[in-house]
Amino acid sequence: MGLFIIKRLAVMIFTALCLTFIVFFLTNLYPNLEKLAKSEGNFRMSDAEVASYLGNNGYLQPLPVKYGQWLGVLPGYVIEGTDGNVRYGCAKGGKSTENLPKFCGILQGDWGLSSVFKDDVSIIIGIRLSLTGKLMMWVMILMVPSALVLGILAGMREGSRLDRSLSTFAIATTATPEYVSGVILITVFASKIGGLQWFKGSATQAMETATFENFFLPVLTIALYGMGYIARMTRASMAEVMTAQYIRTARLKGVTFTNIVVKHALRNALIAPFTVIMLQFPWLLNGVVIVETLFNYKGFGWTLVQAAGNNDIELLLGVSVVSVLVVLITQLISDIGYVYLNPRISVK
Amino acid sequence: MENLAWLEITARILTQLIPVWIALVVTFIVSIKYKRSLGLYGKLFDSNVGMIGFAIVMFWAFTGVFAGAFDWIITHDPLSQVSGLKNKIPGTAMPGASEGDYPYYLLGGDNLARDVFSRVIAGSTKVILIAPLATLFAFMVGITLGLPAGYFGGRLDMVLSFLANLVLAFPVILLFYLLVTPEIRTTGFPQYMAVVLFAFPIIFATVLINSRYYLVPQKRNIMLGVTLFILFALYISLINEAGTKITIFNSIDLFDVDGGLLTVFVSVVFVNSPTVFRIVRGLAMDIKTRDYVAAAQTRGEGTWYIMLWEILPNARGPLIVDFCLRIGYTTILLGTLGFFGLGLAPEDPNWGATINEGRKLLSIYPHPALPPSFALLSLVLGLNLLADGLREESLKD
Repeated sequence: MGLFIIKRLAVMIFTALCLTFIVFFLTNLYPNLEKLAKSEGNFRMSDAEVASYLGNNGYLQPLPVKYGQWLGVLPGYVIEGTDGNVRYGCAKGGKSTENLPKFCGILQGDWGLSSVFKDDVSIIIGIRLSLTGKLMMWVMILMVPSALVLGILAGMREGSRLDRSLSTFAIATTATPEYVSGVILITVFASKIGGLQWFKGSATQAMETATFENFFLPVLTIALYGMGYIARMTRASMAEVMTAQYIRTARLKGVTFTNIVVKHALRNALIAPFTVIMLQFPWLLNGVVIVETLFNYKGFGWTLVQAAGNNDIELLLGVSVVSVLVVLITQLISDIGYVYLNPRISVK
Repeated sequence: MENLAWLEITARILTQLIPVWIALVVTFIVSIKYKRSLGLYGKLFDSNVGMIGFAIVMFWAFTGVFAGAFDWIITHDPLSQVSGLKNKIPGTAMPGASEGDYPYYLLGGDNLARDVFSRVIAGSTKVILIAPLATLFAFMVGITLGLPAGYFGGRLDMVLSFLANLVLAFPVILLFYLLVTPEIRTTGFPQYMAVVLFAFPIIFATVLINSRYYLVPQKRNIMLGVTLFILFALYISLINEAGTKITIFNSIDLFDVDGGLLTVFVSVVFVNSPTVFRIVRGLAMDIKTRDYVAAAQTRGEGTWYIMLWEILPNARGPLIVDFCLRIGYTTILLGTLGFFGLGLAPEDPNWGATINEGRKLLSIYPHPALPPSFALLSLVLGLNLLADGLREESLKD
């Protein structure tokens, strides 16, 4: 088991390196840098001025070198600029040049400066991530139990009317992306035309004080899309377990149906959904970006949109690192958990 | 002129869609009559769920085609603005409508005084064109790489699977934001990706024909020649565009694809193909242990023949089902791109962009955002139901 985890960890770290390198490459393409130079300097810079600005600030070094510096495995650059000033890579954002550390990358905790929010990337991401964490927590609390109940109810008697109607509901929710269900939910429950106005169509206030009124719609919007998928997986797994031999034996012994479902079938039926729930995280991340934009909830997804839309390279890199890590860690947990939960799989 | 009441609006929309109804009825009558001789497609008409799904999908398919090819159904130009109709409710009469103008905005006007109904219909053309085509390309890539990965296994499988997992670990929206920006388009990066991704259909077709008619060289040469000629012409026209990074084929460039559209297309194919790869790989690993594959190996058939003409046809059931689901998923992805204003021009009437514009005034005027939402929802739902029906029917074999 230990060796298995170490192996998986190694692959994971390698994947993370590849992915961050791709993001680094894509954000550091010359047109992006040119745009950055113009927004930092002024918009009328000539091409030569842009090139000298970028050269002075270390942007024109070879890509692997820049990546190494950003990561913190290569020492920060020291460049004597065309204007005679010496610039240190580790003294960006007006830090004093005394006692400069040699390395300053994300490994040393130096995530750079956001050009839009004028703050440390690590601070911004910390704040935004905690807001999104709150959202995700409620999504999970709403989504997972209801999806499991739906799936188990549908799967315990395959082909029954209950199964049919629940499955149709599950299909309908998977067919409704967040930007559609969000729009419909806001119209029905939060607008004058819908007439109900039970909830608020904006979750901006929920960032400080989340109440049922201002937080339920965004949570429901994300949960609905993921719910259908998990419910279908649970249903399939439950239906399969219910046809197994040992369930028939239990039935022939005269165990009540409730007991069969709760005591015999449930544990085996929940192995598959567990992996699915963990693998839902990347999709939830998508949902988070859409819903945070739709409901104006300034969390992690909203930050991603701001960073990408405003060419905030360092912030976008930070956001990418975090989201890639979230995805990879959930995959790892799902793999390990699957092995733990399923006694039929053994890892040497 | 008076504004219309809801009943009249519904009646007028239904009248406007008459060509679609006719086409739908004809399709259903013909299909149900000959369903016994139509294979899996015919069996679809034995399942209620499948029929409902098929009806919804075909409704949008016909709408998109008729609106795109013949300019039917659409009442106004989806881009033109008519003063006095900004944010007007459904059924508003058009002020100063001249002869030949459709006198009403059936589903009201949006915040730029454009006709919501026409925009939704025009949006369906886009989706019907891009989503199935992009899915088809993703399948070509996935099949061409997934079959050998599953069949041979070993190091090839390891490398390809790692690459697929790499793409899958990317949050989709982040990838879109990185790939689909005007800055990246100027570097020609999407075009280079197109060069790679669009080559797969050519490779697929070549291997497919070659492995089948390997023993009849004359027939093979003719078929390969014709197919490759057509595919190459399309390939070059697709990737080449005057004034961009790839201009070496300017003289034989047949048509130009809008740069934004190409970028959207490429990124959607790129996002979809790893999943298809995993499915095909899994199926190939399963099927290669069957007896008929062993028989083919004993006969001394070529590996590509076994993969493409023994394994692939036997994997068609799950693949067809996934194809339907994936078109729906691609539709959602296209909507996402439109929602964030990525890729296509801002005034483009795709559903995602229309929803995004409409949602800004949602609490006061919900009518511009709701029709495209329901359009997208119904199309994806239809595809899901269709896939469900197909799955049920193909399992009965």
